[in-house]
Order: sequence, then C-alpha cells, then structure tokens
Amino acid sequence: MEGILLATQGAIAQGILWGVMVLGVYITFRVLDFPDMTVDGSFALGGAVCATMITKGMNPFLAVLVAILTGVLAGYVTGFLHTVFQIPGILAGILTQISLYSINLRIMGRSNLPLLKMDTVFDMVQHAVYNLTGLELASVHVALLIGTIMAILVICLLYWFFGTEIGCAIRATGNNEYMVRALGQNTNVTKVMALMLSNGLIGMSGAMVAMYQGFGDVSMGTGAIVIGLASIVIGEVLFKSFKSFFGKFMSVVFGAIIYRIIVAYVLQLGLTASDLKLLTAIVVAIALAVPVLAKYTFFKKLSRTLHYVFARLFGKVKRQEGEQ
Amino acid sequence: MLELRNVYKTFNIGTINEKKALQDLNLHLNPKDFVTVIGGNGAGKSTMLNMIAGVYPIDSGMIILDGQDITNKPEYKRAAMLGRVFQDPMRGTAAGMEIQENLAMAYRRGKRRGLSWGIKSEEKEQYREALKMLDLGLEDRMTSKVGLLSGGQRQALTLLMASLQKPKLLLLDEHTAALDPKTAKKVLDLTEHIVETQELTALMVTHNMKDAIHIGNRLIMMYDGHVIYDVSGEEKKNLKVDDLLQKFVTASGEEFANDRMMLA
Repeated sequence: MEGILLATQGAIAQGILWGVMVLGVYITFRVLDFPDMTVDGSFALGGAVCATMITKGMNPFLAVLVAILTGVLAGYVTGFLHTVFQIPGILAGILTQISLYSINLRIMGRSNLPLLKMDTVFDMVQHAVYNLTGLELASVHVALLIGTIMAILVICLLYWFFGTEIGCAIRATGNNEYMVRALGQNTNVTKVMALMLSNGLIGMSGAMVAMYQGFGDVSMGTGAIVIGLASIVIGEVLFKSFKSFFGKFMSVVFGAIIYRIIVAYVLQLGLTASDLKLLTAIVVAIALAVPVLAKYTFFKKLSRTLHYVFARLFGKVKRQEGEQ
Repeated sequence: MLELRNVYKTFNIGTINEKKALQDLNLHLNPKDFVTVIGGNGAGKSTMLNMIAGVYPIDSGMIILDGQDITNKPEYKRAAMLGRVFQDPMRGTAAGMEIQENLAMAYRRGKRRGLSWGIKSEEKEQYREALKMLDLGLEDRMTSKVGLLSGGQRQALTLLMASLQKPKLLLLDEHTAALDPKTAKKVLDLTEHIVETQELTALMVTHNMKDAIHIGNRLIMMYDGHVIYDVSGEEKKNLKVDDLLQKFVTASGEEFANDRMMLA
C-alpha cells in the first residue's frame, strides 16, 4: 500500500513536469490543428541541452532557458520547412525530429549524460527551502512544488497570449486559414509562431524531466508525441465540463497526471517499462473509443456517474440541498 | 477604383487539365460602382475575384486598386483594402470562435496584430449595434460559437465582417448560392443596404439573372475568361432575362446552356 502511495506521488510529479510538454502538443494539435511530429526530437533536445549546459557548469535555471530557446529554434525549423518550402506538415516535423536525433548526440557527445553530483533546479530549490525554513523536503515534493508553479505560470501565460490579437489570429488559423488571410494576417507567420511556442514549451519540459530523472538521454523523447496525445485525450474525456480556454489547458495537464498515475499503477502490477508503449496505445484507443461507447445505455449511466463525481470533486455542481 | 489590364491566367499549364481561366481580361470600375457579374460555368468569374484578392498570382497583366499597383502583393496584404464574402458559408468565419471574436478579427483587418487584447470591452458595444442591424438576434448571442449558426446567419455575419472596416472594394463570390431562397433574399437585401449606406464599390458574382439585373448600377457578362458585355445605367435597368440570353448568344456564338441560369 505504501508502495502505491509513493508511486502515486512520483507519478503526479512526473505528470506535472510532462504536462508542460502536453500543453505544447495541445497548441499544435488542437489549437493550430497541425500534426507536429517535431515533439519527440525537441523534447530530447531540451533534455540534452539542459544536461550538457549543467555539466559544463552553467546555472541550472539558465540551462532551462537555453533549452527553451533551442526548442523554439526546432519549432522554427519545422515551420520554415512547412511554410517556405511547402513540405507537408507531418513530413516537415518528421524531418526535424530525425535530424534532432543526430544533433542531440552531437550536443551531449554521447547517448546518455548523467547529472550525478550536479546541482539541478530541484536541488537548488531544495537547499533554498531548507535555508529559509529549515524544512527538509523530499525530492518528489520539490518536484511537485516546482512543477505546479511552472504549470500554473505557463497556463496563465498561454491564456493571456491566446487572448491577444496575434493569439486570436493563431486560434483562427487553426479554425479557418482562408478567413485569416482574407482578414489580412499572414498565416505563415501564425503557423511558425505557434510551432515555436509549442516546441519551446516542449524543450522546457524536456529539460525539467532530464533534471528530475537525473540524466539527459538521446531517446528520452521517443514516443513523447503519443504520450502527449494520450494525455490530451484523457483530459478532454474526463473533464468535458471544462469549457473555457483556461479550463481546457488545465484539463490537459490533469490528463498528463492521470496518464502517469495509470502508468505507475500498471508498473506496480508487475508489468515492465518495455510494456509501456503497448499500454499507452491501449489507453489512447480506449479514450478515443469512449465517445462511441457512450452511446450504449450502460456506458451512459457509467459516464453520468463519473461526471457527477468529477464535477463534485471540482465543485462544479451546485448542491441540491442548498438550493431548496 | 479598380483596374484590370490585360490579365491572363492559365491553370495547370502543360498538362492535360490545362485551363485558360482568364484571357486578356480588362475591366475598369468607378468609385461606388456596384457591379454584378454573370456568365456560364468556367467563364472566369470566380477566378477574376480570386485574382483581385490575390489567392493565386496572375500570369501577366496588371491589377490596380485605388491607384496602387497590387499585382504582386500577397493576399494578406491586399486584404487591407478588400472585403470578401465567399460562396461557402464556412469559409468566411472561424467556427470554433465566438461571434464577437470573429468580429474583432475583422475589425483588425489590415492592421498589425500585436500583443494587446484581441477584443477590447469598448468594442463590444459597437459590435452589438452592428449586429442589431442584421436583425437576426445575434446581438444577444455574442459569446456563442459561430459554428452554432446557420449558413444564412454565417453569411450575414461574414458580410458584416467584410464591411466592418470600410473596404475599398467588396468582393462577393456567389455569396447567396448556398442558401435557401428566403435566406438568400434576406442576405441580398442586407448586401444592398450595406453597399448603399457605406457607399462601397462592389463586385458581385451571381448565377441569378434577375438579381443581376435588379441589383447594382452596372452588369458585366463574362465568357471564356474576359468580359463580353458591359452595361450600366438606364439601359441596365430596362434589361430582361431574355435580353441577356440573347446577348450571350450573339456575343459568344453559343447557346446559353446552363440549367441554373435558365431556371433562375
């Protein structure tokens, strides 16, 4: 029982850190309606750059910033290939992703770069908290703390950005790019901007995950795109009642956390890490099947119950007794 | 206001699908001209509008709008001067965004988009007033997603969006063709009202000959990528559908074989 509890805490921490990546995936897949395959590469890029910079003695916070910038650059390359050379979106992303594999190896100089005895963002915050309050936080709690703050900051930033003139234009591009051009906005610019923003967040998430797991690895991004999609779908299915833009970003991060919890439980049940890809595929398939299954009466009842429970948990349903 | 000089456009050059869409097209519009454009399928009506809007580049010739040579300007730059409504009601609006957000996007047509709020609270009152004019009750649904509106409502909204920033030229590409007759009538009345009150210059492609005769001050007929008949003023007002068909036969040497136009 204690094992499960510990595993859950770790899963939540991981979920939040990965959640930032999922927000990035959400921007391209849902907001821009662009199937961006850069993700796997830019996630590992963030981790590789951050790990390399830290081992070279750079301040970890600065290293994260550099990781974000390289992610932005990766997004720009995909956008450039797609808009200037009119390479189909999926292919443009795959080209960047595949090239990043070689680039990441060059950056790290090897396929795995450990951060042993190196101070990461988590260590620094842990020390700072200890010095200030005398509280000795476990590393998983530090990760939870930093992850939560980071996720909230990113969500607020995104919420603001997509409410601005240029942010609205990006959202409209995902809806109807003919209209956006007819209204005087260069859609190449909006697409490239969205890709840059998305991959910047993905790079940031990669950096945080690398520091949390204690190493940068050239294959750490493999399958990130599917994990991102799984999290988005889980979030959207479970938190249907979150209709606002802000709520949608929240639901996506919750989706990432729930995905990690599912993974943790399944590992507890005795499956190995190599089974995870199959598990992820099954989770995505189930989540996508839910809207179809929901047409059957049994599932209707089930989903109504679940929705009620979730809404109750998050205070979205007015108490019946209170109204009488 | 608008001048097309010797415009040529051929699609799929060198292939079996080669299509000479515009051939030596010349047209001159005066300010406040409201021109209806008719012609058979493949005559180049929609292509002409798309070329003016810059959807595709032209092969040769010149397009001058309000004294500016816009021949080589990209679509999004020309948009500052153009209001457009499309045949497909889905084309002119963003379905996943609110009515007021769509209007706010249109309000910023041709302006630089920066990091200030996409929609300011003082604008909303202005949009409410504008929506009232449509008489569709949309002023009370400003935060509804456009995807929830009917085709006619979306066309009316697109029309409003096209004229929210006064355009130098309004391009209407069969904008009532996808609507039922009653809704089409309403959108057409609205079109006339907007063009009249804002004193716009407009080009309206239509398949309905009666509309073409009754609406606007000038009518052009296109055939094979250029204008074969151009009539305005009193002469246009006194036209009959039969006259137009006759004109078509004499000008083109072909029967006017188009069910949609015959039945209209």
